[in-house]
Amino acid sequence: MTVTTPPDTGKTAPPADIPVVINEGDIVTGAEALLESLRREGVDTIFGYPGGANLWLYRHLPKFSDIHHVLVRHEQGATHMADGYARARRGKAGVVFATSGPGALNCVTGIATAQYDSVPLVVVTGQVATVAVGTDAFQESDVIGVTMPIVKHSYLIQDIESVPRIVREAFHIATTGRPGVVLIDMPKDIQNQKAAFAWPPDPIRLRSYNPTIRGNPLQIRKAAQLIDEAKRPCMLAGRGVLISQGEDELLELSRRASIPVGWTLLGTGTYPVGDELSLHMVGFMGAGYTNKAVLGCDLLIMVGMRADDRVTTRIDSFAPQVENIIHIDIDPAEIGKNVRPTLPIVGDAKQVLGEIAKLVQPKRLDSWITQIERWKEEHPIRFRRNTGVLQPQDVLLEMYRLCESDAIVVADVGQNQIWGALWWDFKGSGLYLNSGGAGTMGFAFPASLGARLGRPDKTVWCIAGEGGFVMTMQELATAVQENIDVKIVILNNHCLGMVRQFQDDYYEGVRSAVDLTVGPDFVKLADAFGMPGWRTDSIDEVPAILARMAAHPGPCIGEFTIDPEANVRPIIPLGAGLPDFVEEAVEEGF
Amino acid sequence: MSTRHRLLSLLVENHPGVLNKVSSMIRRRGMNITSLTVGETDDETVSRMTIAVDVGRAQADQAVKQLYKLIEVIKISDITEDPIVDREMVLAKVTATRGDRSELLQIVDIFKAKIADVGTDSMILEMSGPEDQVDTFLELVRPFGIKEVARSGTVAMAKGREGLRLSAKHQQRPVSVQPDLDAAERKRRSAGVLVGD
Repeated sequence: MTVTTPPDTGKTAPPADIPVVINEGDIVTGAEALLESLRREGVDTIFGYPGGANLWLYRHLPKFSDIHHVLVRHEQGATHMADGYARARRGKAGVVFATSGPGALNCVTGIATAQYDSVPLVVVTGQVATVAVGTDAFQESDVIGVTMPIVKHSYLIQDIESVPRIVREAFHIATTGRPGVVLIDMPKDIQNQKAAFAWPPDPIRLRSYNPTIRGNPLQIRKAAQLIDEAKRPCMLAGRGVLISQGEDELLELSRRASIPVGWTLLGTGTYPVGDELSLHMVGFMGAGYTNKAVLGCDLLIMVGMRADDRVTTRIDSFAPQVENIIHIDIDPAEIGKNVRPTLPIVGDAKQVLGEIAKLVQPKRLDSWITQIERWKEEHPIRFRRNTGVLQPQDVLLEMYRLCESDAIVVADVGQNQIWGALWWDFKGSGLYLNSGGAGTMGFAFPASLGARLGRPDKTVWCIAGEGGFVMTMQELATAVQENIDVKIVILNNHCLGMVRQFQDDYYEGVRSAVDLTVGPDFVKLADAFGMPGWRTDSIDEVPAILARMAAHPGPCIGEFTIDPEANVRPIIPLGAGLPDFVEEAVEEGF
Repeated sequence: MSTRHRLLSLLVENHPGVLNKVSSMIRRRGMNITSLTVGETDDETVSRMTIAVDVGRAQADQAVKQLYKLIEVIKISDITEDPIVDREMVLAKVTATRGDRSELLQIVDIFKAKIADVGTDSMILEMSGPEDQVDTFLELVRPFGIKEVARSGTVAMAKGREGLRLSAKHQQRPVSVQPDLDAAERKRRSAGVLVGD
């Protein structure tokens, strides 16, 4: 293990400036006003990268000693870290600093990733000076224009007086209603102009922005009535339940009215696994018994979810027989977009579930629960065990055992993401962070760094394939520099597994551009960045390596050479519908 | 209004860039705008837009919901089936030789149109009315030879007590002003430099 050190030039880092206290009315620069506003919004961590157009921000940053700045190695990494931080902190926005031009443009993928999954971010980009805007100046880009379709809102700061107000509005908009990304573009001249600091009074109210939080009481009563009348109710929970922190209300309603609960990929962690009422993931690659329950229920309740194509598969196959569908979401645009509910309720998942739970009659639906149990036995989540080749599930089962239903698990995109979700076994609520909407490869590792910084009390495991991991692996340097304790599990099948599986099954069996046999030696890579790494292709060594990783107090890599032919099962063939799921043929259940 | 169109009426913050956001939201959802008008209201912080989109009702519902998500959209309503007054204005430059003029004047008279300008061999006619009347008017003057047409797009307003107004819950602060590149341009000119540091 080595860390390269720069030659000693005799220069030492300058001492940090004396911490500043900025009071109302103090004459400060735009940069100081922005930083003070961030501090007042409770920001403790910024993920960023300096450059020509945000240097005044960085000039004043050291004075704000209660804000920890994490120097990333690529702005995409900064956005994913802030994203992971925000998902783990639940309710708090992640903050990103980037410079103009390429710096801002490098944020685009991360912004879209956060926005698609309703993650609150405030991204502060430097911009060329006001007088140069629109002249194609050096490192100028119209980042507001570029990001318009993938942000919740954006601001170009045009005068220094508006800085505190814009920051307040940005955090308000990012974190309330359906959370999302707010971008603040700050020209460099405004960063260095001076004005009296004026913090806007509470509360922030905007006439054109009034998200509905409380569900309509009449609709809530109707929902309770539908639940009381239902003989075979089924509930699906999405990320909205996690965002609203409504897991307790979900559990209460489910137990009180005997409603089995399944979840979307992003809803993983909303409900305990192993409970008699717990189903599992639904949809395209969901558990067979969950899909059976959705197809067999007489009342479907969808909470905090979008019912996108990965959930519904072919839209006409999604619960066509269901008499009543209740759809609860905070975003009215999601209700009726894909699936038309009989009872829409716009509101915060926690609030609405809590209200419904108060109204429903307690009951126990024994025959329905028996039916669910039967489906669980007939269609378990299963994999090929004891094939002589290491299976991804061999690794994940042991990793989850070490999690003890308490760690934060961050997954990348592809087979690893689905395996991680299907074998998720937390006995309570938990966090399984992944890029569900955008499906951004390279998300997991930087996001896991952010998650750990947001929740240093939690063990953080990162699951990635070798393909996604190398997309953002430059952040290994950030992990070492900040000593962020993240345990990186690389499931290396030496190919783009999900693409390979699709090509085998749905694209006439031609394997095209999926060979990743040439990749880094991840153990040497770990060493090159100054962290420990282990590798195995043997099931016998898996527990020991994972135990070493769990015990190591810092970032480390475990590379697991897995079966290159391992596939995701169950799966619904492309173009098919919910009843058509294909399962792993071999026995051995879960 | 042709039956395929849905007519949306919006109150939005009078900020630069809002038109861009509204039109690109509609484009993004795969809908086609057939006409769009925008102008200030009696409240200078608020603009009113009237948008005709070439979609069915369900898609228009989705457009309304998506547009509501834009922070600067204050109020929006699908007024296609409401009792409304809708008007479009058209300017048409029509070939008008000495012999044609009296016949043209009759059409102008029937449609309560106006002659906005007379040239040696052409006239500019000005007419306003519901979109289908404008269509008919243009059909009737077409045989004379249309040289140029400029249509304003439809503006519309609900009749009677109904209407699109700011209510009590909108008596809050407008969201902070948005990118004003014109202002940046003015600043740049007054600064007399091209690239500033």
